[in-house]
Amino acid sequence: METVLLLTHADAGKPALEALAAAIPLKRDGGTLVVGLFGADVQPFANEIAGCGATKFLAVTGAEFTQARYASDAAAAEALVKASQATIVVVPATSRMNRIVSGVAHRCGGRADTHVTGMANGNITRWYYRQRMESQQSRTQRPWFIAIDPGCHAPYSGAAGTAATTPVSVSLPTITTQVTGVKAPESSQQTIRPDAKLLFVAGAGWTKKQPDGQAHVPEAAELIMGFLNATKASLGSSKSLVDLSGEGQAVLPFMSHLNQVGQTGSTPRHPKGLSTCCHGEEPHAVGWRFIGERRAINLDANCGWARGKADVLYVADAFEVMRKVNQLLGAR
Amino acid sequence: MSYQIVVCGSIVPDPLQTLEPVSGPTGPSLKNEMMLPSVLDPWAWHALFEAAHLAKNVAGSKVYLVSVAPKAKLQQVMMTVGQKAPFELIVVDGPSSGFTDAAEIAPLLAEAIKGIPGLDMSKLLVFGGWESASRGAGSTMQIVGELLGITNQFQGVDKLTVGADGSFEILERIEGGKHQVSKCAGAPVVLGWATGSLPEPPNNPQIGMQNMRAIMPALQKAKPAKVATDAVKYASVALPKQQRQTKIVKDLPADEIAKEIVAWING
Ligand SMILES: Cc1cc2nc3c(=O)[nH]c(=O)nc-3n(C[C@H](O)[C@H](O)[C@H](O)COP(=O)(O)OP(=O)(O)OC[C@H]3O[C@@H](n4cnc5c(N)ncnc54)[C@H](O)[C@@H]3O)c2cc1C
Repeated sequence: METVLLLTHADAGKPALEALAAAIPLKRDGGTLVVGLFGADVQPFANEIAGCGATKFLAVTGAEFTQARYASDAAAAEALVKASQATIVVVPATSRMNRIVSGVAHRCGGRADTHVTGMANGNITRWYYRQRMESQQSRTQRPWFIAIDPGCHAPYSGAAGTAATTPVSVSLPTITTQVTGVKAPESSQQTIRPDAKLLFVAGAGWTKKQPDGQAHVPEAAELIMGFLNATKASLGSSKSLVDLSGEGQAVLPFMSHLNQVGQTGSTPRHPKGLSTCCHGEEPHAVGWRFIGERRAINLDANCGWARGKADVLYVADAFEVMRKVNQLLGAR
Repeated sequence: MSYQIVVCGSIVPDPLQTLEPVSGPTGPSLKNEMMLPSVLDPWAWHALFEAAHLAKNVAGSKVYLVSVAPKAKLQQVMMTVGQKAPFELIVVDGPSSGFTDAAEIAPLLAEAIKGIPGLDMSKLLVFGGWESASRGAGSTMQIVGELLGITNQFQGVDKLTVGADGSFEILERIEGGKHQVSKCAGAPVVLGWATGSLPEPPNNPQIGMQNMRAIMPALQKAKPAKVATDAVKYASVALPKQQRQTKIVKDLPADEIAKEIVAWING
């Protein structure tokens, strides 16, 4: 019999609803569900999930808990876990929860599994070696903290109501960190869109010499931005392309390391992905693990995409194809 | 103000290698694990560049690289890493496997850090990768911080700027390709680095020679660590099944390809 705690900052939104939906079935065989929330004001979210079947809504509130900061967040989370006497703690893997989940597990005498992609039959599923192999695993130690990656579970949807919250007090350590803001990429273009239906990946080929012996970087930039504006796709990059900027070559101004997909980049989740001018080598392609349908455009019929990494490889010049695609999309 | 910058980093198989899981009496491991060429864990690699850069700019600072890894493999990796930046190596001879629980590795790192002669918490910056390329958990550094009593912790760090007053401005990766900006009064801190902002430094044979003089004795005196393997019960570890049947489309005019792609996007 488990006491299952959904633990989250109250402004986590959809990832928290997904984690809640994943948590509910874990209380099978007469266990209980408790919700633990922290933030400046937790009542709106508590009300939103009032019908989830939780026996208690524990709350840590106050101005100190507005900021996503280790010292205060970890103290709040620790207090909530201890007050709930949870044996399983499910958290949404937002950047804010990821920052603290393993440290808090340690404080509570528990252990954490992060980047969990599924749960079934007492096991969790997660990946090892940068999405190269998938494991089903469990622990006997409690409390067991499980951080569910966003996009891996259908979100909870139930009737809203009025949740009666129980305040939990926290003893804060001396706080010497202040969150002062959020910085978007330097260019005005916001190119990373986690909720987009399509991931568009640009590779280093866009900056390389083309059959006419010249590089065409400004046109590449125009084609890529035109496509992104028309489709609202999320922009990914190969490592080679973002590394060029570190080496002082002419590069695409809207591209940074944050766009990088792969072994040392991100592993985004989108239903579809289109790769252009990217070779599709293994360290890049592991970042495509959670992309549904995959297509690629490359001049080279023997590139990595041809070898089981894409569903369709168009052996063609991406400049030509994307020019036409943009025309069809009415892109400016 | 000078710093003691400790970089925690282990080794991982070269990402160009094909990996295959096998299971044994102590749980899963990689096929031919000891034969696979290895590299320093990439995000720890970035952390090391950042550490070296900071140490160069703040007089009197020193960089330590603390590694839990099989020492024979670590020695090979040090041949390249040792040429990149000056540091003192501290080795714990233990597993570098992704299947070892982070909570088993963190205490070894924390003990090694506590054992640094003249350790001064008011100067201590603990660096590492925000995730490993093996376990990919982002857990180890948090637990190391907890064990050292450090509650100024930052993950997915791309930039650290030291202010004139000794305070830190830190940029951490958050959702949607943005950075959260924090001001922290000063050391001690834990920083789990993402890519950072520095390119890989060129090899410097002179630094390599200097480092090697201390690296070899550090490897020789490394003590084997006891690491429990029963924390996680692995029911199965498998390669993903879905190798795709790639359809290769050649000699189709760009117009036709464009139509197909647009239909696919909108479909
Ligand atoms: C430790 C380590 C970590 C790594 N991590 C990552 C990672 O996270 N992400 C990552 O991406 N890589 C990573 N790599 C690097 C990876 O191995 C490749 O080097 C990289 O992905 C290559 O990028 P690319 O395909 O864009 O460039 P290239 O290999 O230069 O390929 C360019 C491609 O563009 C094509 N091309 C050129 N012009 C056109 C045109 N007009 N139309 C169509 N196609 C064209 C060419 O045929 C070629 O296939 C890592 C490597 C190591 C060692």
